[in-house]
Amino acid sequence: MIYADNAATTKMSDKAIETMVSLMKENYGNPSSLYEFGQKSKEVLEEARAKVANAIGANPKEIYFTSGGSESDNQAINSAAKAGALAGKKHIISSAFEHHAVLHTLNKLKKEGFEITLLDVHENGLIDPKEVEDAIREDTCLVTIMFANNEIGTIEPIREIGEVCKKHGIPFHTDAVQAIGHIPVNVVDDNIDMLSASAHKFHGPKGVGFLYVRKGVRLFNLIEGGAQEKGKRAGTENVPGIAAMAVALEDAVANLDTYGKAVTAKRNRLIEGISEISHSALNGDAVKRLPGNVNFCFEGIEGESILLLLDDKGIAASSGSACTSGSLDPSHVLLAIGRVHDVAHGSLRLTIDERTTDEEVETIITSVKEVVEYLRGFSPVWRDLISGKREFIL
Amino acid sequence: MALYSEKVMDHFRNPRNVGVIEDANGIGEVGNAKCGDIMKMYLKIEDDIIKDVKFETFGCGSAIASSSMATELIKGKPVADAMKLTNEAVAEALDGLPDYKMHCSVLAEEAIKNALDDYHKRCEEQQ
Repeated sequence: MIYADNAATTKMSDKAIETMVSLMKENYGNPSSLYEFGQKSKEVLEEARAKVANAIGANPKEIYFTSGGSESDNQAINSAAKAGALAGKKHIISSAFEHHAVLHTLNKLKKEGFEITLLDVHENGLIDPKEVEDAIREDTCLVTIMFANNEIGTIEPIREIGEVCKKHGIPFHTDAVQAIGHIPVNVVDDNIDMLSASAHKFHGPKGVGFLYVRKGVRLFNLIEGGAQEKGKRAGTENVPGIAAMAVALEDAVANLDTYGKAVTAKRNRLIEGISEISHSALNGDAVKRLPGNVNFCFEGIEGESILLLLDDKGIAASSGSACTSGSLDPSHVLLAIGRVHDVAHGSLRLTIDERTTDEEVETIITSVKEVVEYLRGFSPVWRDLISGKREFIL
Repeated sequence: MALYSEKVMDHFRNPRNVGVIEDANGIGEVGNAKCGDIMKMYLKIEDDIIKDVKFETFGCGSAIASSSMATELIKGKPVADAMKLTNEAVAEALDGLPDYKMHCSVLAEEAIKNALDDYHKRCEEQQ
């Protein structure tokens, strides 16, 4: 199998697996227990916290372990909203193409009386920091903008947006699930107050993540219970998972340079090869995008069919087609960058990593070309397009 | 468990009766690109028998499989029988479809009914 869906999840690193298994076997103590065996787990936990903090330029006291990106997003946003409401501020700024963990949380807050401004992400999938500043009001209590988009891989001007927020004294949260371990992230340099991350996106285990909260930013609980995580996140810590996440992140960050260069070169070759298909278009900025992300729209065909046929050829990929989600609407991300429904249904996301070989890249290009040509061969939409009955959009 | 039954995958991978009938005497098209599904059916009817049927589909795996199965179910049958084709029959012949994909079988039924309506209309015009 050629795995080209690393934005969905990644293969765990051997080191992360070994760390996890050895802790599960030999160190099952509860870090909250006072005896030596429990305290050993506490040490493991704090070592992991230091590693995670170091990887993003934070202080270990600013790291809270969670179950993953969605929980971190929920806690950060709900917490900032609560703090805002207490100060009479009920306006939140975000973008139209955030992950659903952010958008659905904002929708819930909207029903509770918050006003939400969703900024335009423009045709290239990039948010303009000037527009963030223009949207700021007296009653703005939070700006939440993703570091990099999960579907089209565009990298947002986080440092500049953070600077704007800093200037106006507004808490800034970023969903960095796709960015952490793939591109450099430093919470101090990038002016970030809160950051969400998920271990399984950088070769760590599923069900583990963290939330960074800058010292001085108020944090409310999402989960009530015991005093774990300084009382901010109840529940016995997933020590093996957390330790595995920390080693995975440590390795990913140590290799960022080589990873970035190698994967970007392969990604560019993929883009170049797939661009040869007529009436296709790359989604999102060609340069300001994650090293491993390729996302295309093909006119005249539908995404799920592309995925099923690629699967038959041994390639695992993803699509923003409505049919892959069970809803009637195609990806909100593709609609947000201005792709019309007809075209957004025919999208394909390939997300490669350092394991993807040059040979695999060429196989993917050839396979995508074959599949697109085959499906267009019996598409009534394609027939209408080439016979001039319908106008090409791409 | 796989997303689709083996039958669905078989008809998706090797769709039967794909293409166009140049001298079709009944053509039906349903769906729209906005929703992500379009089916076009071509019928060649002689002596009230569906001598040939072909389809073109823009859509997901189950849309393509539903079109293919629907053509198989009516090929060689009297027009009166084809008129009775239901989406349930299409889905059943495919060993079932996931709930949220049942609309694909509905589209297949509608595309065939649409093509038959076109055929009847053409007959009336000739008389």
